[in-house]
Amino acid sequence: MRTLRFREALREAMTEEMDRDPSVFLMGEEVGHYQGAYKVSEGMLERFGDKRVIDTPIAESGFAGIGVGAAMVGLRPIIEFMTWNFSAVAFDQILNNAAKVRQMSGGQLSCPIVFRGPNGSARQVGSQHSHAMEHFYATIPGLKVLAPAFPVDAKGLLKAAIRDDNPIVFLESETLYSVKGEVPDDLGPTEIGKAGIVREGADVTLVAYSRMTHVCVEAADVLAREGISAEVVDLRSLRPLDEDTLVRAARKTGRCVVVHEGWPYGGVGAEIADRIQRLAFDWLEAPVLRVASLDVPMPYNRALEETCIPQVPRVVATARRAARRGRD
Amino acid sequence: MTVDLEHLAGMYRQMLLIRRLEEEAARAYALGKIGGFLHLYIGQEAVAVGAVHALQPDDCVITTYRDHGLAIAKGMSARAMMAELYGKATGCSRGLGGSMHMFDVEHNMLGGYGIVGGHIPVAAGVAFASKYRGDGRVTLCFFGEGAVSIGGFHEGVSLAALWKLPIVFVCENNEYSMGTPLSRSMSVEDVSMKALGYGIDRDRFFVEDVVEVEQRIGEAVSRARSRSLPTLIEVRTYRFRGHSMSDPAKYRTQAELDEHKRRDPLHKAKDDLARDGYGEARLSALEASVEEEVADAVRFAEESPEPDASLLESTTYDGPFAA
Ligand SMILES: Cc1ncc(C[n+]2csc(CCOP(=O)(O)OP(=O)(O)O)c2C)c(N)n1
Repeated sequence: MRTLRFREALREAMTEEMDRDPSVFLMGEEVGHYQGAYKVSEGMLERFGDKRVIDTPIAESGFAGIGVGAAMVGLRPIIEFMTWNFSAVAFDQILNNAAKVRQMSGGQLSCPIVFRGPNGSARQVGSQHSHAMEHFYATIPGLKVLAPAFPVDAKGLLKAAIRDDNPIVFLESETLYSVKGEVPDDLGPTEIGKAGIVREGADVTLVAYSRMTHVCVEAADVLAREGISAEVVDLRSLRPLDEDTLVRAARKTGRCVVVHEGWPYGGVGAEIADRIQRLAFDWLEAPVLRVASLDVPMPYNRALEETCIPQVPRVVATARRAARRGRD
Repeated sequence: MTVDLEHLAGMYRQMLLIRRLEEEAARAYALGKIGGFLHLYIGQEAVAVGAVHALQPDDCVITTYRDHGLAIAKGMSARAMMAELYGKATGCSRGLGGSMHMFDVEHNMLGGYGIVGGHIPVAAGVAFASKYRGDGRVTLCFFGEGAVSIGGFHEGVSLAALWKLPIVFVCENNEYSMGTPLSRSMSVEDVSMKALGYGIDRDRFFVEDVVEVEQRIGEAVSRARSRSLPTLIEVRTYRFRGHSMSDPAKYRTQAELDEHKRRDPLHKAKDDLARDGYGEARLSALEASVEEEVADAVRFAEESPEPDASLLESTTYDGPFAA
């Protein structure tokens, strides 16, 4: 067992898979000479050379498409978006080519590609650089969408993603890159589509993924001091969604709060709320509540940004409401 | 070349104001008073200042996240800039935009944009509106050489060429796109060659002298105004700081940086003023007034109120919030 930072776990996953399979390569802006905008790929150019660690110009649509084409004929690209905000420029490639080529070719072609990079808010980077893009991607059949919260899952899931024959959207977080966690020495790929219970609880179930899992764990600490015992589900994968774990955790407490970045209208929180109300209706003691970013573009001002992004106090207040409903 | 000394002094003053404001912004950033990304324009001031001097007040400008210099050159106040960086309600974008999104519609500064290349078709749209209305305005669109690789550039320029829009595309080639030198991002060294395929006029020059910037860009502006023809201009310049505050700029040598600093157009403007007899006393008075304006802007930013959360909805929609 070793302690790794999130970014180191990602780097190990890529490095091990590139050692194992010569068809895997990494492509993106500043991934090579600059060592990665967020230092995820540090040292990889030196190790693998510029044939396999490829710096691109600012041409997201172009290099996403190059990745798709290369994947269709047998390579296994890892395409890094400097941040997922810039994937909007490449959206057509992901939506129309990566996700569809398999079905529209009647299953003749597949597209084993991983698109990865930091997603969601950073700090005060304003409305065009703070998008939580999972809502846009999780709705697309043909894609798998992963959003780990801990280094161990970052490594195991990225390895699995690289080996998977489907196109994968792999969401990281700038504010998680330095987070440390224990990772077993010989960790292999982690099965895609399994949620984890990060914390057991009896009174209310908090459902989250990526950075918000950490916010929920903190909120659970606060709730514990008030005598409310919160269970925290870390989804890890948004598509496929682990309904079994989700529904079991929902039935256990009968009170659920879904916490995510990104806007409330539609999207992942709405999807999860729908599954819970359909599959655990008879166990529910309260409506499924959501804590999401406020329904406005992200402002620059620090205090307003904090108001917009889900924080521990808002999660606590919402969980309290769910836990107390019908009891006060 | 005969230059009106007052005119040059005005340009020198603006360049110095931009430089000093950004130096103070860097200091405030280190103290945590400014957050997010901060992309400094230090070293490139002559481009925005020279270019805007070739315009009429009615003409529009639009640029990237590296936008403070252009905003000031177009007439935005130092106070509005500094307060925006501090995220205050008195900032040009009321504290909602920050460093990358400086807007001052009163002065026809139509903003700084964060997605590389995304504003280039938008700029063409502004020029389209001028042609549509026949209002005689010209649009200046600024972007880095990194933007020349992205689709937005090609579609924007292609349409502007096809529809003969009154626009000047100003590519500020500062040699690096973040850590990537031009040689690793483009198949040709001469960015202005991109104009050839679209059949529009082009120009290319090294910025040494702010007066030359005004004249060269001025020629393209006249072409746009009198004949509604677009131009692509590659302006060779250099940024003295890293890409943003978090970039230590390890990809270039100190010698290279020193060489560019030796040819700083800001210093050239000052030397020219001194040489041509502007006078020591007037120069010091000019510089003192810049210092005063900078100190005033910082004080104003410090003392201004934070924006209220009630702004969020009213700035998202015109009219009732459509949840
Ligand atoms: C579509 C998109 N991809 C990536 C980025 C991240 N990014 C911001 S600035 C930049 C470099 C731009 O360089 P250049 O166009 O030369 O302008 P400069 O910063 O030198 O002024 C990059 C890669 C972005 N903002 N938008």
